[in-house]
Amino acid sequence: MSKIDELLTKFQEIASDPKARMDSYIAQGKKVIGCFPYYVPEELVLAADMVPFGVWGTHGIINAAKEYFPSFYCTIAQMNLELGLTGKLDGLSGVIVTSMCDTLRPLTQNFRVGVPNIPFIFMSHPQNRKLKCGIDFTISQNKEVKEKLEKIAGTKITDEKLKEAIKVYNTSRAARRKFVKLAGEHPEAITPLQRSTVLKSAYFMLKDEHTAILNELNAELEKLPASDWKGTKILTSGIIADSESLLKIFEDNKMAIAADDVAHESRSFRIDVPENDDPMLALALQFAEQDCDTLLYDPDINKRPGHIVNLVKESGAQGVVILMMQFCDPEEIEYPSLKKGLEEAGIPYVMIGFDQQMSDFGQAKTSIQAFSDVLNTQN
Amino acid sequence: MAEVEKKPAKIVLREIVAKLYDDAWEAKKRGEPVGWSSSKFPAEIAETLGLKVCYPENQAAAISAKHGGQRMCEYAESMGYANDICGYARISLAYAAGAECEEKPMPQPDFLLCCNNICNCMTKWYENIARMHNIPLIMIDIPYNNETTVSDDRVKYVRGQFEDAIKQLEKISGRKWDEERFKEVCKNANRTSKAWLKACSYCGYTPSPLSGFDLFNHMADVVTARCKKETAIAFEQLADEYEQSVKDGTSTWHYDENHRIMFEGIPCWPELRTLFTPLKSKGINTTAVVYAPAFGFVYDGIDDMARAYYKAPNSVCIETGVDWREGICRDNNVDGVLVHYNRSCKPWSGYMPEMERRFRKDLGVAVVNFDGDQADPRNFSEAQYMTRVDGLYEIMEENKKKKGGNK
Repeated sequence: MSKIDELLTKFQEIASDPKARMDSYIAQGKKVIGCFPYYVPEELVLAADMVPFGVWGTHGIINAAKEYFPSFYCTIAQMNLELGLTGKLDGLSGVIVTSMCDTLRPLTQNFRVGVPNIPFIFMSHPQNRKLKCGIDFTISQNKEVKEKLEKIAGTKITDEKLKEAIKVYNTSRAARRKFVKLAGEHPEAITPLQRSTVLKSAYFMLKDEHTAILNELNAELEKLPASDWKGTKILTSGIIADSESLLKIFEDNKMAIAADDVAHESRSFRIDVPENDDPMLALALQFAEQDCDTLLYDPDINKRPGHIVNLVKESGAQGVVILMMQFCDPEEIEYPSLKKGLEEAGIPYVMIGFDQQMSDFGQAKTSIQAFSDVLNTQN
Repeated sequence: MAEVEKKPAKIVLREIVAKLYDDAWEAKKRGEPVGWSSSKFPAEIAETLGLKVCYPENQAAAISAKHGGQRMCEYAESMGYANDICGYARISLAYAAGAECEEKPMPQPDFLLCCNNICNCMTKWYENIARMHNIPLIMIDIPYNNETTVSDDRVKYVRGQFEDAIKQLEKISGRKWDEERFKEVCKNANRTSKAWLKACSYCGYTPSPLSGFDLFNHMADVVTARCKKETAIAFEQLADEYEQSVKDGTSTWHYDENHRIMFEGIPCWPELRTLFTPLKSKGINTTAVVYAPAFGFVYDGIDDMARAYYKAPNSVCIETGVDWREGICRDNNVDGVLVHYNRSCKPWSGYMPEMERRFRKDLGVAVVNFDGDQADPRNFSEAQYMTRVDGLYEIMEENKKKKGGNK
């Protein structure tokens, strides 16, 4: 087994069994905090000597959550509730749940009511995040989260601890950005599924542990000779792109992921936290800089499509695969603008409907094959 | 001189809304900027600056009630908007993009006033319109609140945004902010709210002097013209008329009142007649509607105004939402709840199953739900609705028997 394969296997083991990882942290005497989508300041959790643990649903069937949600809701939210209701999140010392979209609003209430055994930390984000009053509001909300975390941890989050945590996270973000670039340059070494497992495993690991392995992988990838990739390259866009079945279809069609605009992936580590003397202000400034995301109000109303067009051009992607999370209003309502931006730039795209209950990938396979043909004819 | 017969309040109220749209058309012709506003944007700001504003939600409801909703939704879908996006948003996006619409035309916008206390969909809906027309978007963000009170930090954030919005709108209107005028406008808004809430409170009488569905018809005024003195006066007149009806033993509900229910959610505007039919035949009067009192908020000063705008059906926590509803159920003496699972409204429908359980437990009333949509008739099944209302009726009858006849 090559060094690269060895490292990828480590990531794969973790990404495929988050519960085992969570249990192992708990067995080490650590407290673990579930972090729901989106933009949870995980640095606060780490600064309280606890383990931030991403909870972005899972692939499977929804049953218990039907007692709380009608059917027309994003499956990530429903699955997170399902995990809580069925005891799969037992062991967590708390969860941080945000309210950034119209499905997360009721999820905060349903989870708080339906899963009372897990301490619940609510979080608001300001959409007018760039104004002075917005920055102040982010700080005030982060302070509320901080106080609740301190209570759970039984320890104070000092400025020094928080600054250290910010460094750990900035280092992790930089390593993940580097990996995304290298994976795009070396599709012969990193399949779409392997790329996903590397990024996904970060949600279930302490970031310094993840970065240590990722740095090794990045170093190995840098040693590789320039790729002679005969397939095509795409950019993926959407909320989450971790479905094994779906990613295998890309692989089968020799489509490599050159870059992404995925909430679960690059959108979450695009912006660093400034390393300054006031770490609470620094976290707020980072959130103020978050942009080009369907979940966020965009004061520059035309920015996102341009951002994605640039990502396509910079990464060498030939087309865009939009993985449309079913019932995700923000993604759906931003689709026509994205479509227009891509069409104006002459970039081919395809939209694939997707959710975490999906078991029949026949239609997705046909669409992706057809799209692959389009890209191949342009090669 | 012969006394001029006074117009009924419902006519006065209708004329107020019609005038608002006429004024907007006139302003447009004069070259003045005309805005589009979300229903719970602080209307006091634009009114103080003398800006003419139209209301896409009100327009979408009117188009839907006149059966243009599906056509407009399909137009939006042809532009790439998915069919599970809010029907109001699809109608509005279609209209903004130039779809023909005789049902309720209004001037195209020169600026946008968006407040997301109603929902987050509003944010993206308005951003899309801003892009289509390349016009300024004034955004007041009211983040969802998990507490039963509104913290000072939340008030401070909204206050800061008010100040920013005022600066932007001063530029758009070419007028300076006038504090005295603002106080006058707030006085009118409070007077309207008090009169509106008073009118709504007459549903508490048994029998009720009105059908709760009447309140849906009058909502256009409280949404679009709550800062105008004439609206306050018209609602005061409406309350007086209800008072007189109580004395006279008359009602706008011309059927039996065997049962009284709360209607939960926004009505299916394209299907109002269908909604009404089984209720009439079974003598079920709607004496409580969540949607109507949601727009009656009274405040004192700008901080209190910021707090007031936090209180929208989709921006409050489940405890506040339940208290609010159970309060109007008790005040209006209901024995059943009819819950609309509205495909257009995710933040609203998303905690209804839990609310249903609480209504049953806390109030001991019959609770039944149906699937529908506020604007898109394709999401409504008449057969399912009829069956569910039958079920509601049967449970209410059963409960009545157990209690020994009439309540």
